[in-house]
Amino acid sequence: MTAMLKISGVSKSFTLHNQAGVKIPVMSEAHLSVSAGECIALVGPSGAGKSTLMRMAYGNYLVDAGEIWVGDVCLSSASPRDILMLRRQTLGYVSQFLRVVPRVPTTEVVAEPLLALGVEREVAHERAITLLKALNIPQRLWSLSPMTFSGGEQQRVNIARGFIHTYPVLLLDEPTASLDAENRAVVLSLIEQARARGAAILGIFHDEAAREQVCTGEIDVSQFL
Amino acid sequence: MNPILRATGITRRYGERIGCADIGFDLYPGEVMGIVGESGSGKSTLLNCLAGQLTPDAGSILFDSAQQGVCDLLTLSEMQRRTLARTELAFVHQNPRDGLRMSVSAGGNVGERLMGVGARHYANIREQALSWLERVEIPADRIDDRPSQFSGGMQQRLQIARNLVTGPRLVFMDEPTGGLDVSVQARLLDLLRGLVRQMGLSAIVVTHDLAVVRLLADRILVMKDGQVIEAGLTDQVLDDPHHAYTQLLVASVLQA
Repeated sequence: MTAMLKISGVSKSFTLHNQAGVKIPVMSEAHLSVSAGECIALVGPSGAGKSTLMRMAYGNYLVDAGEIWVGDVCLSSASPRDILMLRRQTLGYVSQFLRVVPRVPTTEVVAEPLLALGVEREVAHERAITLLKALNIPQRLWSLSPMTFSGGEQQRVNIARGFIHTYPVLLLDEPTASLDAENRAVVLSLIEQARARGAAILGIFHDEAAREQVCTGEIDVSQFL
Repeated sequence: MNPILRATGITRRYGERIGCADIGFDLYPGEVMGIVGESGSGKSTLLNCLAGQLTPDAGSILFDSAQQGVCDLLTLSEMQRRTLARTELAFVHQNPRDGLRMSVSAGGNVGERLMGVGARHYANIREQALSWLERVEIPADRIDDRPSQFSGGMQQRLQIARNLVTGPRLVFMDEPTGGLDVSVQARLLDLLRGLVRQMGLSAIVVTHDLAVVRLLADRILVMKDGQVIEAGLTDQVLDDPHHAYTQLLVASVLQA
């Protein structure tokens, strides 16, 4: 099986120039690989560097050393332009927090990744509505901006946005954190469907039962410190 | 794909002081690049050099023109430069008064750009002006009003309509949301994002507002004392800043 996401020899530290130049090492020599159809969970105590590793895998944090490959692109040395293209086509990310332009309707927020790929407006919106329905976002909220939604609703909007395109590689940061049992089940089934179609998934799940249900393996990040 | 703009070694001094020094970058079609930094960092000097409002002391600015092929904006004849400025380039000023004709009606402001590229049929011009006013959310019944009768946010939207009506390929923007109420800013940002995507525009946006740059720009240059001190993907530079000054900028933003 070919690895869709490959992290090798990755080290990361933060230097805080405005706080006496303190240097905080976060990880060294991290390595892992995720193949199509796999879902790997990052585990370890909080502060072990799970989120940092996810952010590096998305190109949001730079690496100090080592390489990160997504498909046949070396993300850790790619130009901003290539990273953006990778994010549009190949690499999806569901973060814990929703960040959107104020006053943009929910359907538009969810449809945006497809619109950016040049999918027709109607098709993109139809797909957005299907996902919003599946995730139990009431219809009366669709035309409103998600900025005023509850935490759980915002998270589901984020998930809809992350699952609207069939990304070959998906990064999930606590996708079930603030969801009730019913919506948690919906999200887990979305993850299982993505795996079944061949997505390579790397995730952080504090919810142990969820991890048991959808993950094919786990990696303890604290070994990389 | 070839870059639409390739700047190399752009330097501009004001006497002994440095405006901006040895700045270079490539901008690709459809890309939006932000330039951030505090006042006096040289970001407006750089933008004005790029846009031909200021002549740099050294450097070259290669623009991939649809009509003229790749040309250096700094060595073009005045006439060629003016043609480009009317057709393929556009400049959105921070103060709409600098980009609008305040004594001419809203429709006239939009129509004038069209006439500059050869449109002569009155009904067509008025129709296009109307359709652009609608796109920037200015009510059709205000077409014959002068911009001086508009609010600041409306004036800024009119300036954008006037600039984009001729379908430019590269737009320079200097603090496009500066001086506007936050509620108006959000709407303008959404409008700009939509237009950039629909028209496949490339843009260079100068701002000191990190929230604006995060929403609008694909990548950014951070400037201090006339130099680029950090550059990269927008979210990467803002979330994992490496230079002491960028860390200070990011850490100084007030949380609303």
